[in-house]
Amino acid sequence: MLVVEGLSKRFGGFLAVDRISFEVRQGEILGLIGPNGSGKTTTFNLIAGNLRPTAGSIRLDGAEIGGLPAYAICHRGIARTFQIPRPFHKLSLLENVALAAFYGEMKGISRAEAERRARQALDLVGLPSDPSTRTAGLGAAALKKLELARALATRPRLLLADESLGGLDAAEMEQAADLLGSLRSRMGITIIWVEHIMGVLMRIVDRVIVLDHGEKIFEGAPAQAAVDPRVVEVYLGKT
Amino acid sequence: MDIFLVEAIINGILLGGVLALLALGLNLIFGVIDVVWIAYADIVMCGMYVIYVLYTHYDVPLLFACLAGIAGMAAFGVAVHLLIIAPVLNSAPINQLLATGGLLFFLQSFATLLFGTDFRNIGVRLPVVEVASIYISFARLIAFLFGLIGAVALYLFLKRTYIGTAIRAVAQDRDIVGLMGIDQRRIYLATSAIGGALAGLAACLLVLQYDVHPFIGNTFGPVIFMICVLGGLGNMIGGFVASFIISQIIAIGGYYSNTELSYVLAFTMFIILMFVRPRGLFAR
Repeated sequence: MLVVEGLSKRFGGFLAVDRISFEVRQGEILGLIGPNGSGKTTTFNLIAGNLRPTAGSIRLDGAEIGGLPAYAICHRGIARTFQIPRPFHKLSLLENVALAAFYGEMKGISRAEAERRARQALDLVGLPSDPSTRTAGLGAAALKKLELARALATRPRLLLADESLGGLDAAEMEQAADLLGSLRSRMGITIIWVEHIMGVLMRIVDRVIVLDHGEKIFEGAPAQAAVDPRVVEVYLGKT
Repeated sequence: MDIFLVEAIINGILLGGVLALLALGLNLIFGVIDVVWIAYADIVMCGMYVIYVLYTHYDVPLLFACLAGIAGMAAFGVAVHLLIIAPVLNSAPINQLLATGGLLFFLQSFATLLFGTDFRNIGVRLPVVEVASIYISFARLIAFLFGLIGAVALYLFLKRTYIGTAIRAVAQDRDIVGLMGIDQRRIYLATSAIGGALAGLAACLLVLQYDVHPFIGNTFGPVIFMICVLGGLGNMIGGFVASFIISQIIAIGGYYSNTELSYVLAFTMFIILMFVRPRGLFAR
């Protein structure tokens, strides 16, 4: 459904993403891994419209979306979460998510419908959906869930999940990973998942792409990645 | 207590209502778009001229002239954003200040060109109300009430509608609202229209009390900025409270000495408070 070709992003003299190409198939969970500074988050920013590509194309179901503003890409059905949660602290939990539901598709839904969808998304991730809950005082795990609920409320077909497991304990990690897995099985959402924590990711994803210094160095099954010499060298460490 | 002191305090509260309205408009624009409209008080001046011309030259009923003033300034706010702010949105703050400062001189000069420097009055004389031998100007009472109504309407709009919620969201984190499908540029235009409309409403209330002239903005502009900075730039509630503090200093100071000296006193206190609380009285 998403085809990325020759995608590059240059910041001054630094090439953050260097001519990467890959395809995301309908209904799959694709892992995007690599060491710090390898270009994972920049790739997300390019697809989600937070940054404009220097070169290359991004096509969603055949239509070019590279360089479109973020809101237009959201309306086309791509949502993302942030590695470091960025909730609107002055808004209630429900308002945070209802806002995304209201503007996410730009189909002029009613206030009641936006709130209903927001409650649905909050229920799905396991957060309280009563209007009085504030975002202040929520723990790391709850904020990660809020990021996810806000993304889901826009009714995406493709979800870009940026380090949904960072800062969670082992039990929370399993829970979050299962949740991502269930989004595909229950709602048919295709997912690209950026993660540092390899173990859980490798169990859930169908394929992985490994980036290093902005270049794609591997694409294939998780089991093969673990034994690929280049991946082992740059990412898993020399043994 | 001295009856004239009570009168001064009441007049101070009434003045605070209009100042609060203007402070809300300026704070809203700064909070959301992150640009200070230096020419904000001069947009009020334009609104006053619109009402003056419609009412005295075209015999439009005052209520409709006022509504036209509000709508006209809302449209003017959108034009200011599109023509002046949007091109410098990502420039250094000093360039933005120069651009809106340029607008101030443009508006004052243009008004002088059109109307001359004469003081003009719409010629509406509202009665003075006497309550327990305290005299209260009816025009000021109306100004205070509509100032409060405007503030409450703005509050409800921001809290209860999705555009309002989106405006609050942009004020907090403008970089990520696009990911929720919100087009920032539309929110900026809506905010500019509301800011302009609030200036238009203030124009309606001030035209009942003061003569219009091209430099009337200079009378309110500095006070409004002082209020916004005192309350913490972008902090709407802080600005609201600061309006009443400043208006009391001006009113009570005017009672003990004269109006000119009371402004000196207000600005002196402002300078001292800025040393004590540089980020505003209500900074957390």
